[in-house]
Amino acid sequence: MISKPNFTGIGAPIQRKEDKRFITGQGQYTDDIARPGQVYAAFVRSPVAHARIKEIDASAALELEGVLAVLTGAQLKEDGIAGLICGWTVQSKDGSDMIAGEHPALAVDKVRYVGDHVAVVIGTTNHIARQGAELVGVDYEELDPVVDLESVRGANPVHEEAANNVCFEWELGEKEPTDDAFGKADHVTKLDITNNRLIPNAMEPRAAIGEYNQAEDHYTLYTTSQNPHVARLVISAFVGLAPEHKLRVIAPDVGGGFGSKIFIYAEEVVCLWAAKKVGKPVKWTGERSEAFLADAHGRDHISSAELALDKDGKFLGLRVKTIANLGAYLSTFASAVPTYLYGTLLSGQYQIPAIYVEVDGVYTNTAPVDAYRGAGRPEATYLLERIVEKAARELSIDPADLRKRNFIDQFPYQTPVIMNYDVGDYHASLEEGLERIGYSDFETRKAQSEAAGKKRGIGFSTYIEACGIAPSAAVGSLGAGVGLWESAEVRVNPTGNVEVLTGCHSHGQGHETTFAQLVSHRFGIPIESVEIVHGDTDKVQFGMGTYGSRSGAVGMSAITVACDKVITKGKKIAAHLMEVPADSVDFEDGLFLGKDSNKSLAFGEIALAAYTAHGFPTDEIEPGLKESCFYDPSNFTFPAGCHICEVEIDPETGELDIAAFVAVDDFGTVINPMIVEGQVHGGLVQGIGQAILEGCTYDKESGQLVTGSFMDYTMPRADDVPSFDVGMTVTECPSNPVGMKGCGEAGAIGATPAVINAIINALGVDSIEMPATPERIWRAANGL
Amino acid sequence: MKFSGEYSIPASQQRVWDALNDPEILKKAIPGCESIEKVNEQEMDAVVQASVGPVKAKFTGKVLLSEMDPPNAYKLSGEGKGGAAGFAKGVALVNLAPHEDGTLLHYDVDATVGGKLAQIGQRFIDATAKKMADDFFGTLSDIASDGAGATKIEPDVEPGEEQAVPPLIWIVALTTLLAFLIFLTQAFQQ
Repeated sequence: MISKPNFTGIGAPIQRKEDKRFITGQGQYTDDIARPGQVYAAFVRSPVAHARIKEIDASAALELEGVLAVLTGAQLKEDGIAGLICGWTVQSKDGSDMIAGEHPALAVDKVRYVGDHVAVVIGTTNHIARQGAELVGVDYEELDPVVDLESVRGANPVHEEAANNVCFEWELGEKEPTDDAFGKADHVTKLDITNNRLIPNAMEPRAAIGEYNQAEDHYTLYTTSQNPHVARLVISAFVGLAPEHKLRVIAPDVGGGFGSKIFIYAEEVVCLWAAKKVGKPVKWTGERSEAFLADAHGRDHISSAELALDKDGKFLGLRVKTIANLGAYLSTFASAVPTYLYGTLLSGQYQIPAIYVEVDGVYTNTAPVDAYRGAGRPEATYLLERIVEKAARELSIDPADLRKRNFIDQFPYQTPVIMNYDVGDYHASLEEGLERIGYSDFETRKAQSEAAGKKRGIGFSTYIEACGIAPSAAVGSLGAGVGLWESAEVRVNPTGNVEVLTGCHSHGQGHETTFAQLVSHRFGIPIESVEIVHGDTDKVQFGMGTYGSRSGAVGMSAITVACDKVITKGKKIAAHLMEVPADSVDFEDGLFLGKDSNKSLAFGEIALAAYTAHGFPTDEIEPGLKESCFYDPSNFTFPAGCHICEVEIDPETGELDIAAFVAVDDFGTVINPMIVEGQVHGGLVQGIGQAILEGCTYDKESGQLVTGSFMDYTMPRADDVPSFDVGMTVTECPSNPVGMKGCGEAGAIGATPAVINAIINALGVDSIEMPATPERIWRAANGL
Repeated sequence: MKFSGEYSIPASQQRVWDALNDPEILKKAIPGCESIEKVNEQEMDAVVQASVGPVKAKFTGKVLLSEMDPPNAYKLSGEGKGGAAGFAKGVALVNLAPHEDGTLLHYDVDATVGGKLAQIGQRFIDATAKKMADDFFGTLSDIASDGAGATKIEPDVEPGEEQAVPPLIWIVALTTLLAFLIFLTQAFQQ
């Protein structure tokens, strides 16, 4: 089919349908929405990291003309509104549940991080609300904050419930067999490693509008969400603000999420609650400064790892001890990220017979930490790929060769850490990567660099991730509070065009294009005849949302099954109309064909017949042509690939040039190669950003956010990254009907260790901290 | 954050002390100082308009004095609130001693800033603090030495570990310091 002109189906690199509105300024983001009579919310945020609230004096704010209300946590509590929740209960080694500290939407007695929500001021204009917020006087009794991950025990408790600031002490794998493996090892490589904390910085800051209809006792929330149904479920079932059927959540165009918009935040709850209090729609649009302070951050681990090898360089065992920063409160999925999305990936692409990992999740007086593009998998990959590279250096084995010696090459493969890899070809992606980077000529290029006074290095990352999250039974057994299926509804209209309602949410991924490509392909109809509807709980039946590279593997599988149901029903209708037996109709290229006859009916004709319902037995065939599906995946998917980075460093200045970057990924079936390449590019830039530019820093004594603006937190720019060489190898995923694995996070997972390994290789050092700034590189290059 | 500094002022210790205790001089010397009011023997209020990079705010400061050893030394603890701009607070130990050129003024500061000032102002704090310090001691010394000027000996700012909040404290310290000195002045006048 690909040879057809104007082909728009699976595999076609067509331009994105949604871009017309985005690039012509016609997107409708939450802040673009103006509800009649809306007023504005401004939050009073804590300027200190840890304190008891002695008094909140709202009198001056209330005197300001245009201030309608100043609302506090005490009032929220009086109204019976419960706190925010974490949706995944992780258990400690001793079998006890994690300790989830209270998480009120507005602080009640204590503030726990700089930016914590103390009160909200509602004003008739945004300016008045903000002015009012400045006039709210808060008297704090300051407490010493807990910031340093290594000294949380014995410090002031962030939550009284968790006396040692430990939320959970989790383990995975078997300790004894792992210890035995180390006992037999010929060589043990050790590595202490920090995974630096990141601030997501989606282009569109978070925003929310809460609206209350008194006559209907009904709430509407417009919000920047990656998963509006989950927001509705949490706000109704746990926060208790409104029953589920009396709450509509709309997530319109959303300008990037990267995970940070999965979570249910205080501002959303407060806007809804305040809307009823003041009797008007209440709007809040976060400032960039608020995003720095109060969006959930990412990563932030410190780990010690040991890899046991035999004399041939075969891996025998891996031992890891990690401290994961959860921040001041448990965000929606915070507990799952450093546990089941991290420990389960520590086998990487390798046969490691024994793995044992311990993770302590700890509270600190910093913003909550939760999923950020890759979510646990970048942390696992960074640790594993760094220690493999170090082992290769210590044993003087070529790092590509060491990887090849240990690659998994038989599938399915059961790792010691839960995951069962279904398919892959790790040798293929590595070989293609070596070819593309020109590995055989590396020494020549290195010599040329050295002749020019520069240092050249090459670094590898052969990563794996678990995507398509996830089989509901599997995640349920690991502590998830929800199932992670996805739903789709395919509505064929009488005129033959199609609306697809999906529980996924597109906030940059291009679903409106790729989902339409799938349906166009399946039904043999033009892509213009397919409309994708998402992001509104009143329209879409249900959905778990978009994160964890799940929308392709899970969401499109749901659409595929629903399409197949439409075709099955279409065949019944066609059989009746063509007067052929029910089982003798084929569907191909948009035509229903009677077997052994010359009869055919177009997709549009069947659609019309389904709705006219004239002359077919409605006791056997219901009128209409609309099918739905709740698709539960049978396994995770396992995208994998090989990223190779080549760098050149000026040892005089520490200046880094990424001379080449090759990414060869296996995402299974690719719907739109152009969009996939775009996803890879974006991910690589984020991964490189973590490696050399981005780093969130809190002052260890005061808990103040030191990197609180773009002046101090460096986002990657176009001239920080090279022109990427992106290749793909394909092994189709056997566990879903599309054969897809997911591509959204791979770049951010694979790139980081490739860059750092290249820098280490160039400098001939054992380690360098991220972000590897020119100063750090210069120090390392000069032995300082 | 901790930092310290030293200035040699070509005037006698008594003259410097007197200048430091002259409210009119202090008000002139403190950049952006709008008012200083004594609340009681140990406490005074000061209002200083300060801007750090994009953050502009009127800081309302409270200053507490202790360990007074006139005319040689004192300790001052201060806290300035700048509303939405954040806060600054700290402790400063100030010493005056005879010096070959006249008088040596030494101070040690331990201070913290918070809120928007800490979040946004990082890049500007160092430069702003240095400028405020120079302005203050420059003006003060000009007056005390009848125009001869002061010499900054070591603006001994500890080299920045990335984690450290830069010496924004300069601002706080100076603001506080000034307020404190005014207080002393008033105390001595009584």
